[in-house]
Amino acid sequence: MDILFLLIPISLVIMGVAIWVFLWAIRSGQFEDLEGPAHSILMDDDDPRIPHRPELKDDDE
Amino acid sequence: MDGGLTDFYRYRTEKSPRAQELIPEELSELELYDRDDLQKSFVRQQAGEEREASLILEGIVCAACIWLNERHVKALPGVLDFAVNYSTHRARVRWDNQRIRLSEILEAISAIGYHAHPFDPGRQEQLYKQERKQAMRRLAVAGLGMMQVMMLAVALYAGAYEGMSDGLRSFLRWVSLLITTPVILFSARTFFISAWRDLKRHQLGMDVPVSLAIGAAFLASAWSTLRGTGEIYFDSVTMFTFFLLAGRFLEMGARHRAGQAAEELVKLLPATAVRLTEAGEERVPVADLVAGEQVLIRPGEGVPADGRIVEGRSSVDESLLTGESLPQLRKLGDLLVGGTVNNESPLVMQVEQVGEDTVLSAIVRLLDRAQTEKPSVARTADRVAGWFVGGLLLVAAGVATWWWLHDPTHAFAVTLSVLVVTCPCALSLATPAAVAAATGALTRLGVLTTRGHALETLARVSHVIFDKTGTLTEGRLRLERADLLGTVSHADCLALAAALEQRSEHPIARALCSETDADLHAENVTAQAGLGIEGWIAGQCYRIGIPEYVLELQGGDVAANKTDAEDRDGVLLGNDQGLLAHFIFADRLRVGAAEAVHRLKNLGIGVELLSGDQATAVRAVAGELGIDHFQSRCRPGDKLARIRTLQQQGAVVAMVGDGVNDAPVLAGAQVSLAMGGGTQLAHASADMVLLSEQLPHLVTAIRTSRRTLTVIRQNLAWALVYNMVALPLAAAGWIAPWMAAIGMSTSSLVVVINALRLRNIPSD
Repeated sequence: MDILFLLIPISLVIMGVAIWVFLWAIRSGQFEDLEGPAHSILMDDDDPRIPHRPELKDDDE
Repeated sequence: MDGGLTDFYRYRTEKSPRAQELIPEELSELELYDRDDLQKSFVRQQAGEEREASLILEGIVCAACIWLNERHVKALPGVLDFAVNYSTHRARVRWDNQRIRLSEILEAISAIGYHAHPFDPGRQEQLYKQERKQAMRRLAVAGLGMMQVMMLAVALYAGAYEGMSDGLRSFLRWVSLLITTPVILFSARTFFISAWRDLKRHQLGMDVPVSLAIGAAFLASAWSTLRGTGEIYFDSVTMFTFFLLAGRFLEMGARHRAGQAAEELVKLLPATAVRLTEAGEERVPVADLVAGEQVLIRPGEGVPADGRIVEGRSSVDESLLTGESLPQLRKLGDLLVGGTVNNESPLVMQVEQVGEDTVLSAIVRLLDRAQTEKPSVARTADRVAGWFVGGLLLVAAGVATWWWLHDPTHAFAVTLSVLVVTCPCALSLATPAAVAAATGALTRLGVLTTRGHALETLARVSHVIFDKTGTLTEGRLRLERADLLGTVSHADCLALAAALEQRSEHPIARALCSETDADLHAENVTAQAGLGIEGWIAGQCYRIGIPEYVLELQGGDVAANKTDAEDRDGVLLGNDQGLLAHFIFADRLRVGAAEAVHRLKNLGIGVELLSGDQATAVRAVAGELGIDHFQSRCRPGDKLARIRTLQQQGAVVAMVGDGVNDAPVLAGAQVSLAMGGGTQLAHASADMVLLSEQLPHLVTAIRTSRRTLTVIRQNLAWALVYNMVALPLAAAGWIAPWMAAIGMSTSSLVVVINALRLRNIPSD
């Protein structure tokens, strides 16, 4: 069980990293809009297909 | 389709508003936003010419709108950043003032059919943001700390049975101490601060025993760890902290939402006005207006301040303030109220009151006062909690003294047991856990609770009072039927009418235009305020409006058709050959209104209807829904008086409304609900918002609130019984602190599990 004396400090370090990541996320505003990004991921501006599909040009709205 | 906008049409879930072409006046209004003195109030200057502003976006209906806006605005040269928040419909724009001006950005947004107003996010919003971020940080530290400490606690408990080396045991305890310390110093600080504030004001809030329990348990555990013997309670401490923080975080979110809505009130008053001076017209910020000046109000514009008409006549939409569904005719010498909208023709108004003196500000003040008077229920709860806490502390002190005199070695452990076992955990969780579960369930249904007391009060409701327009009815006129009077077909009549009404803002015009897709164009259109519209279509002259006006065109006998004129909501369509159609409009009842009223009555709740509308319209709605008690032509003051009368008779009144005029009434009732489509001000002053706009959900909410109250009573009973059994045992020294901790946790768990039953709403 001596390995615990190593593993638990390691887990503490990981926890510290987790808290740091969380605080970073809060600071950089990741939690400010929890709805929008879920939708915006579907709408990719750099979808390469869109400008190259001439048949869509004739579509109406 | 150019511009790669396929995604917009592929992903949009709602039809977006039609693009608006800006008429020159609106352009000059936008240009006003470029003025440095006006920008000072809402623009933050950054390095060099870089500027940043917050915008309120109107017309956002789905996520595709956001995408369209972001893509469109970001593509403008000179715009450095543009981000829209979907939850709040606010946008932040950053631009280079040398390359693009703010008015051009706003114009670009209007060009794709949305409306953007700059606004001053102000200190309040900044504070909200800070508070939210701080709360999340505390929650993060407490949550992660709790998980780690629990893991170690399981090892320690297992070790106590299976055997564990002393070295490992003390190592695990030290690590627990190390993890708990930041949780106490950072996350739990808010309890200590609040408890200290309470004590300084000579009050005993729930935070006092919470702080005492957390503080004492932590110090005792730390002492045990240092000495190497004795019980530790790090797991209980962190768990307790986390649960309390989580509850408060949810509560804070709801509070902020309500506050934000109130801030959007500013939108009711236009930002600029046209001032008439000897030199001519000039656009000025509304804040610059002073009493005595004359302003020009064009059709479709808002009235910037209170004043009196000195020139012109027009119909004015006052529905926001009075609930009156049809625009009112205002002529020379009549009073205009700031925030109402001029519908038909230009008016010149002499400004009489500005700023704080206007009717709108008075309504806001009324609302403020009503809101501050409100939390009497909350105060009672606090007082009771204060007594409970005081009693608890006295008992703990008594127990400590007794043991100190008789058996000093056990005094601390026993006192701690008493404090922990009676920790008002279950008691303080009893109400919030049930309320949170019920609130969550109702929110999924589309009923948003914005104030904590709403559910408790809703359960005791004895009377429900409805507003008519926009609440029981849909709040907009619709074409009910069209009687054909000539040989022209139904569809053609509609097309002709829509062509004439195309440019009008009158609700009747909007109702007609929404009925047809035909694309006719009328020329030489002239509108006569309060009478109707004349125009030429395909070389023929048509008129639509009140009977006298239309009959005048044929030179016919007005009296012969007098019967038709009695219907107030009807308009006639005719040309020089004769009459074509008689359109009759009505404000339709909401689907489910009758069902809701019926079920409310079945629950034994009194239903009343108070409306600012005409007596006939109110009687018709009341008759159709089976509401026995109704009052028409009520001003907000009358409604408030009726509520006060009911309240004096001991009734618990719930008010359901939607307009600005309802706001003071909503705030005056014990519990209030606003319709989701209602005004922001109504949202801000309501305790709950019916986002689903389904009136039967009101009944579901009442039933759920009654179940919630039952669960709260069960929880409180359990917590009390538990405390009454545990307290003597602990005081007698029969309960070790670790047993007390388990007892406390179990008791809390029972309460929470009982509350979770509320998450399912049985279909009824």
